[in-house]
Amino acid sequence: MIYLKLIWAYLKIGLFGFGGGYAMLALIEREIVGPGWITEQMFTDIVAISQMTPGPIGINSATYIGYVAPAESSVAFSSPFFGILGSLICTLVVVLPSFFLTTYTSHFITRHKESAIVKGVFTGLRPVVVGLIASAALLLMNSANFGSVSSEVIPSILICIAAFCIVFFTKIHPILVIVLAGIAGLFIY
Amino acid sequence: MNNIFFQLFITFFKIGAFTFGGGWAMISIIEKEIVDKHHWLERDEFLDQLAVAQSLPGILAVNISVAVGDRLRGMKGSACAALGTILPSFLIILAIAIFLTPDLIKSNETLSKIFKGIRPAVVALIIAPVISSAKAAKITWRTVAIPVAVALLIWSKIPFVSSPILYIVLGGIGGYFWFRHQVSATRAAAEKGGDEA
Repeated sequence: MIYLKLIWAYLKIGLFGFGGGYAMLALIEREIVGPGWITEQMFTDIVAISQMTPGPIGINSATYIGYVAPAESSVAFSSPFFGILGSLICTLVVVLPSFFLTTYTSHFITRHKESAIVKGVFTGLRPVVVGLIASAALLLMNSANFGSVSSEVIPSILICIAAFCIVFFTKIHPILVIVLAGIAGLFIY
Repeated sequence: MNNIFFQLFITFFKIGAFTFGGGWAMISIIEKEIVDKHHWLERDEFLDQLAVAQSLPGILAVNISVAVGDRLRGMKGSACAALGTILPSFLIILAIAIFLTPDLIKSNETLSKIFKGIRPAVVALIIAPVISSAKAAKITWRTVAIPVAVALLIWSKIPFVSSPILYIVLGGIGGYFWFRHQVSATRAAAEKGGDEA
């Protein structure tokens, strides 16, 4: 049953999603793209859409994947009703761990924020989070996103390098970078 | 409709509807609304709640809204605040998902060209935070092996060892023991220094 699988996947994403949206992408890739519920391209498109719309990437991706995954899994679920149900379920499930952990552990963490448990665990998580973000970038550098023939791969690499330079060296907003890349695509292909 | 629950909902709804870029972009706006505008929390109280929100897994913006709501009015307060944060994204993305279906992107020539251009740029948007987060985590030449190994192992897609959850758990446990070792080492050094004096 696709819904139970989605619940289990998003429970894991909510419970182990340390280090913010980009680090969470590695988990989403593993739990959602891995089993083949959505394609690699759809995943990248969701990230792009999340960047261009307000709100956290974790919520945006849960809502979008929850809508798309049931229809992708079976023709029986192709009506929008099953999509909306999937959106609701995934969005609720991804925030559920936050909700209970924050309400029940906030006193403990405030009291122990200088302790070895809290400080040590977060010192250890920090380099792992860097690795998680890097893995998300590596996982997305594939033929689904860069194309498989040189007439696609070469422009893709150029767009990637240009976008990186703009984001990293200037203060131009990422949304504008995505818009520019879209326009470039329109002219190149 | 001037009660605190409605106010919490509306405040976080506005934040959810108008902040692009998630997490950190939201924090400074939440701080302004909660501390400076509504005076719901003192600044140091807010920073305590922020520390809690950062320490826990999940979506940072949701965590901070739950922490603030809970601090003000318990479970009901946190439910109102969280709902406010989530609802704008949920509605916007749902509308996009209904109209911009994967099939439409594939079959519409213009859209498929646009997305072909966008996809490599998205990869670049993820490479940039790798470098900035490495700086923030104070990664040195000695510790750089950790993120490199984690990234390559997850990328390898080898069963079991490519699970991100494995490295989150190992990082947490490893960090705890490393920190305890550091603390006892400094304590031992301090005691030794005390004996000599």
